[in-house]
Amino acid sequence: MFTIAAKEFRSLFFSPLAWSILAICEFIIAYLFLGQLELFLQLQSQLSALQRSPGVTEFVASPVFANAAVVLLLIVPLLTMRMISEERKAQTISLLFSAPVSMMEIVLGKYLGIMAFLLLLVALVALMPLSLYLGSTLDFGLLVAALIGLVLMLASFTALGLYISTICNQPSVAAVITFGALVMLWIIEWAGGYFENAKAVFEYLSLLNHYQSLLRGVIKLSDIAYYLLFIISFLILSYRRLDADRLQS
Amino acid sequence: MNQEILINAQHISRYYGALAAVDDVSFEVRRGEVVGFLGPNGAGKSTTMQLITGNLAPNMGKIEINGFDILDQPKLAKAELGYLPEQPPLYRDASVDEYLLFCAKLNRIAKSQQQTALDNVKQRCGLTEVGKRLIGALSKGFQQRVGIAQAIIHSPAVVILDEPTVGLDPIQIREIRHLIRELGNDHSVILSTHILPEVQATCDRVQIIHHGKIVLSESIAGLSEKMQSTQTIIALRHPPTSFSEIESLPGVDFVESAGDARFNVHHHPEQNPAEEIVSLAVQNAWGLFELVPHRMSLEEIFVDITHEEFDEALEVEPL
Repeated sequence: MFTIAAKEFRSLFFSPLAWSILAICEFIIAYLFLGQLELFLQLQSQLSALQRSPGVTEFVASPVFANAAVVLLLIVPLLTMRMISEERKAQTISLLFSAPVSMMEIVLGKYLGIMAFLLLLVALVALMPLSLYLGSTLDFGLLVAALIGLVLMLASFTALGLYISTICNQPSVAAVITFGALVMLWIIEWAGGYFENAKAVFEYLSLLNHYQSLLRGVIKLSDIAYYLLFIISFLILSYRRLDADRLQS
Repeated sequence: MNQEILINAQHISRYYGALAAVDDVSFEVRRGEVVGFLGPNGAGKSTTMQLITGNLAPNMGKIEINGFDILDQPKLAKAELGYLPEQPPLYRDASVDEYLLFCAKLNRIAKSQQQTALDNVKQRCGLTEVGKRLIGALSKGFQQRVGIAQAIIHSPAVVILDEPTVGLDPIQIREIRHLIRELGNDHSVILSTHILPEVQATCDRVQIIHHGKIVLSESIAGLSEKMQSTQTIIALRHPPTSFSEIESLPGVDFVESAGDARFNVHHHPEQNPAEEIVSLAVQNAWGLFELVPHRMSLEEIFVDITHEEFDEALEVEPL
């Protein structure tokens, strides 16, 4: 399992894809971060006059993490699209199928490989707000909550992407479908505005909604449970789909 | 024949919709045997191999690898298995060393032995020179060798090769065949092919698959017996009007004209009348200028078997 994960992680770096993703994400998120920081510096005097003034963490870090999630929403489908569909296309999947590893180990190995890469990315992103610690004090509670939120969010994206990659034979098709599904899950809560009585359902389904409370520093068990359920469901679906390859096809 | 059975397939069937790709097939392979699967395209060779390797699950029947059921104990069974699919499962953007090391880890070779296994298999498959090169940059022949290396790196009891010599040049084919023979010493090997001489050159036993069924399972020795000459073709410049003299020779059944001054002498396999025919021809001044013992080739047996079936199928179909 860890062999597959390590191989997946390393093979990402064989191609320029991983490097360009890291570079582009860093660049965009740094740009957002600096913009937000500049705004904070300009408004600092006015903010401090407020009764309950937002600190630097709340004003800078939270929006940066919120935007980072959107940037990664665009990026994750590109990473997950290849996971299974490319192996299937190149028929290298039979190497894994005829090796003494179980189907679940293949799924988890692939998943952990991509997650390791995304955690690296998150660590790099987290360095930005942490750098503020040099000249200011940080609300670590808020920061940790936001980090947990971002990681859970990415883990959910990846699980969904993995599942869609197991359905598709073409990586690009997998990317498009994953992207579509993620955006839909992102904005589904908007529908709550039109259907008053189903508002709670739509809000519950939305990935964004659960993230927002974490960004405010509120760690609710229900939000964590939502993400974990989301991840586990799609991992099991991926497993079932891969197993079905064997039974029919 | 007292050697242990490494592959035991009992009544396996596999359907694609209504089409039976493999239909109630049973066979056994013992340690040290090289078995060739022969069959026309779409006969079910690859499907059978995928079933044995656990890439597909059979609809019916069971398969045991070295005593482990492939469905009930897949991990144990697959540890005894090396498989080279039709399309070698190579990661083109990895180097040969990286790829083989990954395969070694995937097959749970202990960390201390990985390097030895790697060196061993590279030496066996002639890959020592290309270890650092990317697989995608290698020629087809080398890629095929990497594919074989991948299948035998954990020295499994059973090696399954699906058309291992496709796309190779004649010298590479000879090398690969030599390698397969070598593997046959301590592993069981199944290889599929539609190249007939390859079977004769490398296998101990042949199984011809046709329409998902095994229509012939015979050792190469038994097959050569079948292939022994039972006909001699002679060509005469001045043929006599009647061949009663030849037909009265011991062991000769009858003579038929094959056109173009050639005649087919049918005789019993153990009594070859060639010498007598020659002296008769000289005595009677028939002008014998050609005498060829006609051996039935594997190809003819193959065509014979698959064709008969084909005709039968044609007869049945209109109903």
